[in-house]
Parts: sequence; C-alpha cells; structure tokens
Amino acid sequence: MESLSELTERARADITASADLTRHDEVRVHWRGKKGLLTEQLKSLGGLPAAERPAAGQRINEAKSRVQVQLDERRGLLEHDAVERTLSAGRIDITLEGRGEQSGGLHPVTRARLRIEKLFSDVGFTVAQGPEIEDDFHNFTALNVPENHPARAMHDTFYLEPGQAGEGTLLRTHTSPVQIRALRAGKPPLAVIAPGRVYRIDSDATHTPMFHQIEGLLVDTDVSFAQLKSILHGFMEAFFERDLAMRLRPSYFPFTEPSAEVDISCVECGGKGCRLCKHTGWIEVLGCGMVHPNVLASCDVDPDRYTGYAFGMGIDRLAMLRYGVNDLRLFFENDLRFLRQFRGG
Amino acid sequence: MKLPLSWLKEWVGISLPPAELSSRLTLAGFEVESCAAAAPPFSGVVVAQISEAMQHPQADKLRVCTVTTGAASPVQIVCGAANARAGIKVALAQVGALLPGDLSIKAAKLRGVESAGMLCSSRELGLAATSEGILELPADAPLGVSLRDYLDLDDPVIEVSIYPNRGDAMSVQGLAREVSALLQQPLTGPAITPVAVTSAATHAVCVDAPTAAPRLLSRVIVGIDNTRATPDWMQERLRRSGLRPISPVVDVTNYVMLELGQPMHAYDRARLTGEMRVRMAKSGESLELLDGRTIELQPDVLVIADSERAIGLAGVMGGNGTAISETATEVLLEVAYFTPDAIAGRGRRYGLQTDASQRFERGVDPQGQGAAIERATQLLIELCGGSAGPVTRNEETIAPRATLTLRRAKLARLVGTALPDAEVEAAFRALQMQVTATPEGWQVTPPSWRFDIAIEPDLVEEAIRVIGYDRVPETPALFPQRFRSRPESVIDERVMLGTLVDRGYQEALNYAFVDPVLQQQLFPDASAVRLANPIAADLAVMRVSLWPGLLKCALENQRRQQERVRLFELGAVFLREAAGTVSELRRIAGVVLGSRLPEQWGTRSESTDFFDLKADVTAILNLSNQGEVFEFAPESLSCLHPGRAARLRRDGQDVGWLGELHPALVQTLGLPCAPLLFELELLAATAQALPKAAPISRFPQVRRDLSVTVPQGVSLSTLKGRATVAAGSLLRDLRVFDVYQGQGIETGRKSIAFGLIFQDNHRTLKDDEADRLVSAVAADLLQHLDAKIRE
Repeated sequence: MESLSELTERARADITASADLTRHDEVRVHWRGKKGLLTEQLKSLGGLPAAERPAAGQRINEAKSRVQVQLDERRGLLEHDAVERTLSAGRIDITLEGRGEQSGGLHPVTRARLRIEKLFSDVGFTVAQGPEIEDDFHNFTALNVPENHPARAMHDTFYLEPGQAGEGTLLRTHTSPVQIRALRAGKPPLAVIAPGRVYRIDSDATHTPMFHQIEGLLVDTDVSFAQLKSILHGFMEAFFERDLAMRLRPSYFPFTEPSAEVDISCVECGGKGCRLCKHTGWIEVLGCGMVHPNVLASCDVDPDRYTGYAFGMGIDRLAMLRYGVNDLRLFFENDLRFLRQFRGG
Repeated sequence: MKLPLSWLKEWVGISLPPAELSSRLTLAGFEVESCAAAAPPFSGVVVAQISEAMQHPQADKLRVCTVTTGAASPVQIVCGAANARAGIKVALAQVGALLPGDLSIKAAKLRGVESAGMLCSSRELGLAATSEGILELPADAPLGVSLRDYLDLDDPVIEVSIYPNRGDAMSVQGLAREVSALLQQPLTGPAITPVAVTSAATHAVCVDAPTAAPRLLSRVIVGIDNTRATPDWMQERLRRSGLRPISPVVDVTNYVMLELGQPMHAYDRARLTGEMRVRMAKSGESLELLDGRTIELQPDVLVIADSERAIGLAGVMGGNGTAISETATEVLLEVAYFTPDAIAGRGRRYGLQTDASQRFERGVDPQGQGAAIERATQLLIELCGGSAGPVTRNEETIAPRATLTLRRAKLARLVGTALPDAEVEAAFRALQMQVTATPEGWQVTPPSWRFDIAIEPDLVEEAIRVIGYDRVPETPALFPQRFRSRPESVIDERVMLGTLVDRGYQEALNYAFVDPVLQQQLFPDASAVRLANPIAADLAVMRVSLWPGLLKCALENQRRQQERVRLFELGAVFLREAAGTVSELRRIAGVVLGSRLPEQWGTRSESTDFFDLKADVTAILNLSNQGEVFEFAPESLSCLHPGRAARLRRDGQDVGWLGELHPALVQTLGLPCAPLLFELELLAATAQALPKAAPISRFPQVRRDLSVTVPQGVSLSTLKGRATVAAGSLLRDLRVFDVYQGQGIETGRKSIAFGLIFQDNHRTLKDDEADRLVSAVAADLLQHLDAKIRE
C-alpha cells in the first residue's frame, strides 16, 4: 500500500496537471470526493490499533487539507483563466462608429438669429414678428418715407402684381415695419427685437434678393443716444465673445434722427487691416438711430414724453463674420456639404 | 459724388493728408468710398516732342521718330500709332520707365531699328479705358517735365457717398462747407461777381407753375463760338468728376453744377419758338429727350416748353429739339429753383436718374440761382466769347428757412449727456447757422441750402455730428423689470428645431419666391401671389408651400453627389384668399431622400420610406403633448402618391400633409427615387397642451398578445379604435409588433399581431380577468372587422 506521502504527492501532480475546470472537478472528486482516495484512507483507520489511530487520523486530515488548499488554489487560477478567455473572446473594436442616425444641424443664419434673440432676451427684449408681405404704409409712409422720397430709391422694392392684395402691396424691404406694428400694438415702455426675412431687388456677389435682418426698438421716457451706443457695443462684444472697438458714424434713415452707421473693429485682424475689412480696420455692421418724432407720432406715441432708439442689422452678415463664411450666396444654395459644417445648434 | 481733391482745395483750406481728410469726412457722415490718385502709379514718363517722323524701312505700320525732351540729346523711338507725326507733344516713357500693369520699358530693336523708349497712349498710362493712337499734349506743354506733374496725376480723386437728405453737399462748394465746419478752415472759393451786361438781348419767359418753380433766372448770351475746345483744366476736372466733356457750353453748365450744386440748362435760342414757358405737361404730350428717347408725359410732370411744345423735362433732362449744337451762336441759359416735390420721383418714372434730378429732388439752394448764372456766364464768355444780356428773373417770394428751437434739456436728454454750450454754438456757427442763445437753449436758423434741418432732433444730430459721435458716452439703459406674456402653449423654437436636428435633418433656407412652373406642377390648383417685378422668371411667384424650394434643394444636392438628403425648412408661405387678401402662414416642412440611415457598418442599407418620415413627423407632433389626438387620414393630394399620402388633422382641423412624391413627378423632376415630404402648420400642429399629471398604478401590469388576420383594407387605426373600446378602461397600451401579408396568409388579408397591456390602479389583475378582456377584444374584431384569430 502506498504511503500517505506518496498519495499526496500524486494528488499534487494530478491537481497541477488539471488544465481546465472540468478536469479540475474530476481530480477533486477523485481525491477529495466521498469515495475519493483520501477519504478512503480515513476508512482504513479502523484497521489500526487504537493507540495509533489519533495520530494517523491527524496525519490523514492534514494531508487532506493540504490537498484541499492545492485544489482551491488551482481552481482559482483556472477560474481566472476562464474569465480572461471569455473577456478576450468578447473583445470588440471600440473604434468602430456608433450605430444609427447622426444629428443634423441648424442653418448658420438661424443659429446666429437664435443667438442674437437670446442675447437680447437676456437684457429684457421680447421677440416680435411681422408679415413679409407688407403694405406701403408700414414699409414706408409710417416710417417717414413719403411717396417720391429719394430714400425710396435706396430700397429696390419688389411689388405684387396689382389686384391680388391691397394697392401698393410689397415684399418688405426691411424689418423696420415691425417697429410700427409693435408701437401700435403696445404702449411704452417697450423693448422688442424683430428678426425676419426681407427682400430687395439686388443679386450679385454680395447681395441676394432675400436676406435676413433683425430690428431692435426700445421706447421709454428717457431713452438716449448714449444708451443706444451702450447696448450695441455690449451686444457686439457678447455676440463675438471678445472685446471690440466700436464707432458710430452719422448716417441717414428717414425714420431715425440722429442716425448712425456702426462699425466694429475687424473681427478678423483686430483692426490692423486685412482683406475682410478692406484694410480699414473697421467693419460696418448695422444702422441705428433715435426714433424720429414723426414715427412715434404716426403710432400715437407722444414724442414729447417718449424717446426711443432703433437699430437694424443683417443677420446674414453677422453669421458670415462669426462663422467665417466668405460668400453670402452660400447661405441660400443649401449645399449639404456646406450645411453639414454646422452640426447641432 | 466724385471730385479731384485739388478742386476742393480751391474752395477750402486743407492741410491734412488725404487719408486723414477721408477719415474726418467719413466720421462726419460723408463716407469716403475711395481716395486714389487720378492715374495709377507709373514712373519715367515725361513730356516730349516728335521732331521728325519717318517711315520704318521694314514695316508699313511703324514710324521711326526722333523725339526730344529739351535738354538731353534726342532719342529714337519706333512707334506704331497712326497719329505719330512731327511737331506734336507726346508722353514719352523713357528707358527704365515703369508703366501700369508692371510694364517696364527697355531699349529694344523693332524690326532691326533701335527704339529707346515708348510713346504712350492714354490707355497705356491708365488715364482712359480705351484710346486711339498716342496721347497728344497741348503745344505749350513744357518739354522734359514729368507727365505726372504736368497733368497733376498724383492729385487724389475722392469719391464721397452722400445721403439723400444732403443734396446740399452734392457739389464742390457743398463739401467745402462741410470741410470748413469740420476743420475750422475758411472758405476760399473763387469770387463770383455779376458779369458786365453788354447785350440788350432777352427772351420772354412765363412761369405758369410758380409753386413748382418759384424762381427761374434766365439770360441770353449772343455771339458765342461753341466750336472752340474746352480748356484742358476744365475737361480734366469734369472727367475726374465722372462726366464726359461734350462742348464748351454743355461743359460749362456741368462744371457749374458740380461746383455750386445748381443744375442749369442751355438752350439753342435759334431753335426755340416764341417764349419759354414753365408749365405742367399736358395729358398725352410727348417729348423727345436728349438721350434720344421719346416719352409720353403725365399732367403731374413739370416741363419747360416754348410756345409750341415741351422742350425739356424740368429738373431732369433737356429735350433733343433745342439742344446746343456746335454751330449755336445764341444761348438761352435757364437756372431755376424747382421744389423737391415738383421733381421727386418724376425722373424715376421714366427710368431716368440724372445729375440734375438727383440734386433737385434732394433740394437745391433756393438762393443759389443768382451766383450760378453769373458764374456760368463768366465761364462761358471766357471759353466761347460772346456778350451777355441782362438776367431775367421770374420769381415768387420764397419763405426763408424757419427758425428752430433747441432746448438744452432736450439735447442732453436725447444725447444722454450734457454738451458744453460753447461747443454746441460753435458747431452751429461753423455750419453757417444763425444762433441766438436763450435761457432754455438756442434759437437756430439754418442756411437756405439745408433742406434736412426741420425739427429739433435734426439740430441735435448736427451738434453731435460736428462735435463728434465719439464724444457721446455709453450709458446702460435702466429698463423697468416687468414680466411679459410667455404662453406655455407656444413651443420653444429651439426645442422644435432641435427635434428635427436630432433626427438627422439639416436646416435649409430658400427664397420665398419660387419657380412658377415647378410650383404649378406640384400644386396645380393653388393660387399663388405673383410679383410685379420679379428678379428672374424662375423666381416670379411667392411659394404656396415649402416643398418647391425643398425639392429643388434635394435635386441640387443629388447633383452634387449627396445621395442621402434630409432637409427641413421653417418659413412663411403665401396664399391668395378670395377676399383679395393674402394670408401668410408659418410652416415647417421637410424632404427626405435616400437611405434610412447614413451608410454604416452593422445595419442593412434600406431606402427610407413613409413610416420613417411618419416617425419624424410624430416626433414633432408629440411636442404638443397631445400626440394621440392627431389623425392621419388617407387622403390624396395631386403631388403625392395616391396610396402613400396622409392628411394630418388635429381635433378635426387640417394641420398638414405627409407622403411620398407622386411617381409622375419623380420622373418629371429627374429624381433617382421618390422623396418623402411633410409640411405642417407651425402653430396649429405644435401648440402644446398643458401637461396634467394623472395617478400612476402601483400594481403589476398584465400583457396578452393577440394575432389576427383582417381584410387588407382594414386600417390599423380602425382596428386599434375597436380594440381599445372593446378592451375597456383597464387597457393601458396597445402595441403592434408585427404586420404581415403574403405567404401563409390568405390572399386579400393581412396579419396583425399586437400586445394588450392591462393594469388596474387599485388592485392586482387576475389572469382570468385579462383573458376575458382579450376574448372580448377578439369577439369584437371578429364581429365587426371580419377578423380571424391566429393560433
């Protein structure tokens, strides 16, 4: 009969040789099972003299626990290997693209418009809208541009064929008519901005027959030119997220007095002079002024009690400057290769 | 307006460099659009004379010229110009000269003959766009002098844009007045004094429309010689101001207009019949204009006439019949003040915008006619000789400019800061306004030429314009805090746009005018708004739907090899109503073409179809928080596939369409496959119902699946409607998980499988309750829809 030490040595060898969990289990049953070889050893104790039994029993039990430790260790190892193998087999190429739809994007002009609306809403302006087919009264007359006024020649106006709507119906040439509608609809204090599409007969490298403007109007008891300067400078810096120099030049709009054109320091070169600013260091961004008393009066607002400022700017122009678009016409070609550069929004 | 700086300098002292002057003018509201030397840069060109010109021995068209420049020894130049001949003064580009276009002049041999330079044409020197032959200089041109100096070609020409309210500044004198005010420099223009009257000749003038022509000065000048050449200095000033020299008489009238801002007209007196009349045109009267066109006049148009016919469109353009010819010897000068109202818009009506009409409709100084007629007479006699008759004056009393009050408080309030009194007064005085201080501010009378100063804010602008807009501080406004109405039913635009963006759409922006042909193809019954003056035939009608624009985008993108198109647009459409009005509706629409998903691994490439689009539309509708109230009705629209179109209704109201483009149109438009389209009325489709929370059940739900076949014509919404009613109040959801027709299903029938989910708010449902409910549904479908239960 084999000695106990021979048996445990054989068991160790079996355990070490078990290559997977199935084999490991067989080995365990073989040695430590109810009918395992070591268990059998205990049964053989009965054949020993009583005096030797405790010592022999202890030796066998020690051998059993040694084998058990070896089994456990081996099992741990094999289990770990098994997990490793599973993980390795389940490895995926995480550089493959995610499945499903990709998000589209807003048009850059809309993106700029929403940004402008948000900035002005933050300081208390409400967003108003007016019709794109306007009448002569709102587009011109109420804005202090009577018939035959030379300023009408500044706007090459699209008219509707007669007989379809009222006389002199036209496509609005600017968003300024919304000033009239806002003043007639509400009472001062009033602060509105009105974004929208406007139309002029003009089509070349820097003009499209339809474009976008945003009109601003603030009327209250003590609105001043200094406040106009302040809001415009604040807006420009907020929109472009940078410090900018701003200057106002006297200008002429029939519906404001005094009037001004506004230049900001070039967003491309910072004012040093480049192609974008035609080497002047300045970029013209909008027209503005103090609401003409005739305009207030035409809306039943007392020009002695109230003053106001108004401004109008080209959204397309601001979008071009903000997003580095160098050709206005790109905005209306709707080329997906262009539009896809404006994801999300 | 364009003018050479030297001319302006004759009228006002300017010591600033041109760039700085430009900047000062620009910041005072006279934007200098350009300021450049009269000729492009060139060097090494001098005044020379051809002393001898011989035929080139080898070439018919070339001449060999001996050219002298005075001091140095003569040079030999080969020249191809026909006018190269002995005796004339010319512009010689010497060896080493650099001409415009980076042309450098070297000594060369032309057909074997040495040529040490080049005789230049106006075009080669950049003085004119075209020219014939070489430039011939006056006989008194000094030899050897640099041509740039001789012709003053380094004199900058400035181009100033003038706003329509500043007609007074459309002249050398007018701009000089501005410069004088801005730079505080005195005006130095030529003295204009009455010319000696040496003839008794007069011409009878009747002004029948004194309101329109309150002042008209006229004068006869006899014995002129219009065959003489206008002197170079005047020709050059006219040319550099953008006018073409014509003949001495015409040139003088143009010169004085540019100089003083007063348009005037010279008539060949021999071609007038009887007296000159200023009257309104007669209905049906016609007039042949200087430009050769004959126009028909309307009775609100002011004309100059003789006793027989209209001879000029007053303040706009003269007539052909009385134009000054070379042989004219007696001239009738007419210098008028026509009111802006009498001229405004008249020229434009005939497609005319002339130097005269621009000035008259903006306002010409009503006190300026006297100086202008004397200045013109003086120049005319200088140029053409002749004797001046006395000035005939037809005039009404012209009210002087009204005195305006400027309140100091109003000035400070409107500007937002107090300006020093002394500066304000100095600004007005610099602009030649009369100023009287009062306790509250000032009484200000503008000069006669300032048509733009009519109300108090006009004075405010003038004060800060001269003082400087940069002197106005930036002061934040104090605007009252007030809550404004923000209806929760109106969906935030960003959220709505974001819904489509999240689903892969790019936003498009199209013109609101579209191709009438395309629109007609899509919407043959629609009544579109037509433009009276479209920019192009294919942009002639206003859109009745966003689809024409979007389809065009889809088509163009296909041509750009973009196979997968998902575009939407938010914008107005314009519908003509029976009542003679136009309604403008805001809509949101989209077009989808190509594969369901962007090309990618792991999914099968399938074409997008109606149900993909329906999901996109449903996503928008669900923003209303009432997605379930929308009905997709199987109706037809001529531009959509009759079996794949749905009209959308919300509570019975039409709110939009979706569907697949009609196959016939797919073919007509040349699309590779059928695009899917949707269009929704923005407000009606998205108005949000205020959410109202209901209790949720804490008890488990029970699901039973049912699979039935029904006749093909039974729509899911019908089946769903019946099942929902039959299942009763415990039904929480009905989910269709399979729709099938084909093999294994009886022809003419389709199989629909759906799950019914039941739940009670107060207890756990028993299995047999759920079974009973399902049986009820099955029985109802069997009875009403001819359904058969599949096992």
